[in-house]
Amino acid sequence: MRACDCNDHSRTELIRRAVAEAGRGLPSIEPGMPLPAGTGLSRRSFLTRSAGLALSVYGGTRLAAAALDGGIARAAALAGNDRVLVSVFLDGGIDALSLLFPDGDPRYRSLRPKLALPHDQGIAFPADSRLLWHPSAGGFSTLFNEGKMAVMPAIGYDHPDKSHFTSRHYWEVGAINPGLQSGWLGRFLDVNGSADNPLQGLSLDTRLQPALASVKVPVASLESPDQYQFTLPAKFAAPLPLERQMLVAVGNLGAVHARSKDAGLRAAGETAQQVNRLRAQLKPFSGTDGEGTIKSPVAYPQSADEFPHRLAGLAAMLGVGLPIRCVALRAPGMYDTHANQATGLSQAIKLTADSLLSFQRDLEARKLADRVVVHVWSEFGRRASENGSQGTDHGAAGVGLLIGTQVRSGLVGEFPGLSGGLDEQGNLRATTDFRGVYSGLIEQWLRADPAPIIQNAKSFARPALIK
Amino acid sequence: MRGYNPPVPRTEIPVYKRSFGAEQAERLLWRAGFGPRRGDAAKLAKLGVTGAVRSLTNPPALQLAGPEPKDERGRPLAPADAVGHDHLWWLDRMVRGNQQLVERMTLVWHDWFATSTVGVKSQQLMLDQNETLRAGALGSFKDLLLNVTRDPAMLVWLSGVQNSRLKPNENYGREVMELFTLGVNRGYTESDVREQARALTGFRAERNKGTGYYNFRYEPRLHDDGQKTIFGKSGAFDWQDTCRLCLGNKSHPSYFVRKLWSYFVPTAVGPKTQAGLERLYLNGYQVRPVVEAILQHPDLYNGPRMTKPPVVYTAGLLRAAGRGVDTSYWWRLDALAGQRLFYPPNVAGWNDDRWLDTSTFRGRWFATALAFEPYRTDERSGGDHPSDSKQLLSRALSFLGNPTITPETQKLLLGFAKAALPQAHGHGNPPAVVEDALRHLIAVSPDYQTS
Repeated sequence: MRACDCNDHSRTELIRRAVAEAGRGLPSIEPGMPLPAGTGLSRRSFLTRSAGLALSVYGGTRLAAAALDGGIARAAALAGNDRVLVSVFLDGGIDALSLLFPDGDPRYRSLRPKLALPHDQGIAFPADSRLLWHPSAGGFSTLFNEGKMAVMPAIGYDHPDKSHFTSRHYWEVGAINPGLQSGWLGRFLDVNGSADNPLQGLSLDTRLQPALASVKVPVASLESPDQYQFTLPAKFAAPLPLERQMLVAVGNLGAVHARSKDAGLRAAGETAQQVNRLRAQLKPFSGTDGEGTIKSPVAYPQSADEFPHRLAGLAAMLGVGLPIRCVALRAPGMYDTHANQATGLSQAIKLTADSLLSFQRDLEARKLADRVVVHVWSEFGRRASENGSQGTDHGAAGVGLLIGTQVRSGLVGEFPGLSGGLDEQGNLRATTDFRGVYSGLIEQWLRADPAPIIQNAKSFARPALIK
Repeated sequence: MRGYNPPVPRTEIPVYKRSFGAEQAERLLWRAGFGPRRGDAAKLAKLGVTGAVRSLTNPPALQLAGPEPKDERGRPLAPADAVGHDHLWWLDRMVRGNQQLVERMTLVWHDWFATSTVGVKSQQLMLDQNETLRAGALGSFKDLLLNVTRDPAMLVWLSGVQNSRLKPNENYGREVMELFTLGVNRGYTESDVREQARALTGFRAERNKGTGYYNFRYEPRLHDDGQKTIFGKSGAFDWQDTCRLCLGNKSHPSYFVRKLWSYFVPTAVGPKTQAGLERLYLNGYQVRPVVEAILQHPDLYNGPRMTKPPVVYTAGLLRAAGRGVDTSYWWRLDALAGQRLFYPPNVAGWNDDRWLDTSTFRGRWFATALAFEPYRTDERSGGDHPSDSKQLLSRALSFLGNPTITPETQKLLLGFAKAALPQAHGHGNPPAVVEDALRHLIAVSPDYQTS
């Protein structure tokens, strides 16, 4: 899928990794480019007894673990009606003109001589007869036709920046501001969240998604609730389950040293003790045969990518009443399609769309669907004309989606067309500003005042997004 | 490596005086290398602390004992090309090499001058840097700093090849002070950062879209040859002056000594020892005498245990078991344990105080299972396997070269074995499987995770 050599993009990834080690001296790889939101937040690992999860908690470090634990328990007791916003990032800048391709636009086939998608494979898009869904986007088409999706066919901002790093940063912090260090969801939680519930902002990733970076309140990162397994060679499974006894012994070995006078032995002992405790706490999410299980009422796509699995885990966590409010995760695939984009893009769209359809079905089966809205976004769209490598280069406006039973279905902003709708560099012009959509989501879905969260919130047209 | 030993000034750095037995030698071999092979600790103990340390700081000519490394299909490694084989290649050197301290110091410098393939995008350039670090492992820090400053991987990693007279880039100029020589906000200002960047201009390379940077060189026309003011001194400084000025900064020796000490001893260095080590170091910026003094220091032997870094643990398991690198899983398991070689998390290196947590423990658990997999006792021993729990524990310990294990751990392991073995009136596990389980538990115990 990584079909290009887009140095800028992989450097972005490098910095992102460094953020996971926040506060430890970031390499300033591209001087002049903004540091990712969340840089400097302290991180520590934390087990919550009330929820049975191992979290990386960011910020809120003055609180003792016990206080965070109590906060999650208290918040869980109040949860049940809280609305949840899930932010799904299409990393690399998805080609909007392939996801919803302008089949009826007279310039489409001349701009895309090799990459234009055939008319008869497109899936009808009832809201605009010029556009067709990508053949692999059946999952999205189903959601749209059921009235559970809003489509923003040209979303972006004025004077678009074509660096992955910078543009993604703008979207993450919710402002055209390279210096801002908190994410827009993190700021929402700073104003409306609680001081002791890290689950309120949940990054389903190995590292904190910067949109969730907060200043005051703690937020958390979790790979997946059911990945905590200690499989051993089969010989230890028979005739008695020696493996389980061994893990108990690990805990006991930890316990005898957890109060050792020797600091090194003590630290290793504490870890061993935590390992065994955590394993027990995560039992609700693990099977008896050593394989992780999240019991989903619906089928998710089978994939080596974590995305469908994380969505299934999220639905299960919401199902057991965990006090989650804002979630951020990355969609599968690398959308930075500078070369030979057809195959990889098709696979990425299919897995993303099918997974999100399964997630919606899961929420519906668990009767949680009215509480959840999913926001799908990318840092930019791609150039209207294809390049010489059967790919597309960085563009301007892109596509965004909102999914959920409470979403006001239809178009948000119009598709500007390829004749009048391109800027002087041949990139799609935005008809919707992402900060207006953020303000609308905060106001209409999260029922909070956008003013303290989005700078100059009043200046952006705020579309009607929620029923 | 034997080479030149400059005259060492007299200092008042204490030397460990108590008994130096196998237990102390074992700790030394873990701290200064990658753990003992069976019998190594007892052999080393006979030399006494000074003899033992000198045998590490002045090793014989390089020899790699045992079979060449290979992947699980028996194919030779391709360290410059295949994903993860860079890690495997180095792990093999750690396992088979007879210059254990040189290899361990190479790992120290990899962490100190942390450079990652993520940014360099060339395993070959990373391997070249690795050779530079190894060649200078116990030599002069001055030479090492100069060689690292013009090292191609470093020039890519910290933007040296983008730093020109026309477009100065402060990346290396900052880190050379903050992380490599002085410490954050110690002895320099933001203006020094900018001026260092100017002094460092002039390196260049071409970039190929597919294969990355090549043709590294110094181009005087890209160097800013104007006057710079660094640490209050003015001159038409260049990159060599950058290194010289950093080493001459009065914040440098204390930073160097504290940082180097922290790789070998987990407690803070005392003021008297610190002063002595600084004096020793300033006599020519030589690394070897400073390491020699640290390795003989009483704090190393009398102080608390230290967590073994993940690759040290893995290499040590293989050395204890007498196994070489014969599968490519190691790089993944070490990554799970928190240390993929050539991929430090950022330019500050790994967080050496926090190797163990509930996640990274899993990597060590799996590494243990994999390391011992070929040595299963259950298939070989048939019906006459000893079934006494004490005997089983003693056999399991001997498999690991009789590491030092606390009485508490021994007692608990005996209890485990008794409960797991066949009881008078019920079912149990075959003794051979219990012995295998004991090996595994010893290796993942807090005792063996530390040294």
